[in-house]
Amino acid sequence: MSTAAATHDDHHDHHHAPTGLKRWLFSTNHKDIGTLYLWFSFAMFLAGGFMAMVIRAELLEPGMQFVDPEFFNQMTTVHGLVMVFGAVMPATVGLANWMIPLMIGAPDMALPRMNNWSFWILPFAFAILIGSVIMSAFGDGNPSAPNFGWTFYAPLSTKYGPDSTDLFILSVHMMGISSIMGAINVVVTVFNMRAPGMTLMKMPLFVWTWLITAFLLIAVIPVLAGAVTMMLTDRHFGTSFFDAAGGGDPVLFQHIFWFFGHPEVYIMILPSFGIVSAIIPAFARKPLFGYASMVYATASIALLSFVVWAHHMFTVGMPLAGTLFFMYMTMLISVPTGVKVFNWVATMWRGSMSFELPMKWAIAFVVLFTCGGLSGLMLAITPVDFQYHDTYFVVAHFHYVLVTGAIFSIFAAAYYWLPKWSGVMPNKTLGELHFWNSLISANLLFFPMHFVGLAGMPRRYADYALQFADYNFWISIGGFWFGLSQLLFLAVAVLCAMKKGEKAPAKPWDGAEGLEWEVPSPAPFHTYDTPPVVK
Amino acid sequence: MSEKQLSVEERNQRTLKKLLIWAVAMFGFAFLMVPFYNVICDITGLNGKTSSTAATDVPEQVVADRTVTVEFITQKGDGLTGEFTSETKRVKVHPGEITLVHFYASNPTSKDMITQSIPSVSPGEAARYLHKTQCFCFDQQTLAAGERKDMPMIFYLDPEIPGHINQFTLSYTIFDVTERVAGKNNSVAVN
Repeated sequence: MSTAAATHDDHHDHHHAPTGLKRWLFSTNHKDIGTLYLWFSFAMFLAGGFMAMVIRAELLEPGMQFVDPEFFNQMTTVHGLVMVFGAVMPATVGLANWMIPLMIGAPDMALPRMNNWSFWILPFAFAILIGSVIMSAFGDGNPSAPNFGWTFYAPLSTKYGPDSTDLFILSVHMMGISSIMGAINVVVTVFNMRAPGMTLMKMPLFVWTWLITAFLLIAVIPVLAGAVTMMLTDRHFGTSFFDAAGGGDPVLFQHIFWFFGHPEVYIMILPSFGIVSAIIPAFARKPLFGYASMVYATASIALLSFVVWAHHMFTVGMPLAGTLFFMYMTMLISVPTGVKVFNWVATMWRGSMSFELPMKWAIAFVVLFTCGGLSGLMLAITPVDFQYHDTYFVVAHFHYVLVTGAIFSIFAAAYYWLPKWSGVMPNKTLGELHFWNSLISANLLFFPMHFVGLAGMPRRYADYALQFADYNFWISIGGFWFGLSQLLFLAVAVLCAMKKGEKAPAKPWDGAEGLEWEVPSPAPFHTYDTPPVVK
Repeated sequence: MSEKQLSVEERNQRTLKKLLIWAVAMFGFAFLMVPFYNVICDITGLNGKTSSTAATDVPEQVVADRTVTVEFITQKGDGLTGEFTSETKRVKVHPGEITLVHFYASNPTSKDMITQSIPSVSPGEAARYLHKTQCFCFDQQTLAAGERKDMPMIFYLDPEIPGHINQFTLSYTIFDVTERVAGKNNSVAVN
């Protein structure tokens, strides 16, 4: 498809590669920044995972054992925030940084200094957020960390929010600025930095899905910033956007939040679609079935995501016409999503399949993401949503799409591209252990949540009725098992970073396509100083 | 070579500026959603918001062959210790019939208090058919220390009220806005 002038220029005179800490602090290199993003997101994944372990430990048995309900609320809140904004989003930004320039034959991201800034804001943002949890756990008088759920509904987060809500607001603002800058960088890179001949409809699907994700980010993260700004002025400057006493409306908060929140869930899953669309053809040894339909399906999902937000709030009391509109629009999303799933299956159909680690994760993604999509379709039906709303059924649904969906695909991406990043193949034994343990434990963890949810167990409570005890015991076992399994990936990643392992060729997967495989492994510090020729 | 690079950079800057403008515009859009939401609520009665102004026209006819039950519930906002009740808990009215209901609020503290009551109708669909010619919720009410105040509310139902609405609930929540008024020294927007 394309031949690249595999340029590893030896003239490094124009560039003084800094070493040590400075290399990372001042880096404007897309590969270094990608690496920083990926390590950061994995650290946040472990931090958020630790909070999930606290939640599951408390729910292992009925009654109160380890933490008080107040701290439990802080755990559910910060777990959600850290996983959404700290683990999944930065991981996909890291992948974008590493792979988009390589995939489109660009020498770097278009705006390298902004790239540096958008990463280095993040550790500070999360230091502020997680700092409030540390103060709550160990500080004098245990001042409460944010405790209102990751959706921070008013008035829980305005009138009744703890003092640390202001730390939370600052932290969300910083994350938002980081995301917007990252997204702008992707759009500018894709629009202006493509190698000659790399037309839009020749771009790998990962680039396409990320381009659309970037547009979603630029459209809705400012709305989130607006929502937290309104919270801030409600709390301290006498406005009453969400305060009924002053003529505001708490339900308005939900509308604004979910206007951001629903596109946000696609922001987390669209890059995954791109990853899987790269991996499945590589290991089925067939080109992706229906490339153009994949692009259009992604764009349709993105557009539809702006007109479905109120399906998160069917129970606030909307007029019938409103609920019907949001119900049908939500169900409509399953059409382009279905196109994608069928395309992946059609790609595998009669392919010469082999099941290396990335493929295993990708297939698990297709099956389990579809499972989460189906429960989403159930939740879209307004009358039954009244029963499922805020139960563990919802928890099961979004963990299927986010853990076995987004996170599984990020692992698939890591196993697929680690040879390119590090120059060594990821350790197979550890990788297999990681995959099978994660697969089984994730299902033990999340599948029974459907049952307890349908039976009426509400989410975000530190305790539950005795009838749910057995299920919750096994859910917790699954949780601890899944959590520990992720340490196997830490071992895989550290081994790769230390260059311990079988040396990887430029193209370690024989069916893989794309410009990224034209450069040596590990990818040199500078690639495509002269653009490759794309036929 | 250098000329070409410059042009890429220029293009990058141009795209960057466009996207930044878009981001700022979307930040503004979040605030635009507030008046937009209020207008939609006013027009449709979405979310059970009743009109914040007094109805001035009187219904032309009374639909004597229909009765609708209106229930009243009252709630107290944070920190209020006094009484806040309605004289009647439910009334059966004919659409078009003008009805008076008394609400009572008391201030057992030793300080004067400014209160604001916020109405909400459930199901929200009924809100636009509820017309109030007089309501204590239209203005802030001052309760002197130790005072028990009679707060009347006069309403009628639109004769056009759809047949399937046979019953609805009008809820009032009373808030102490003394500090808010003192702190801002300007009037509070009331819906």
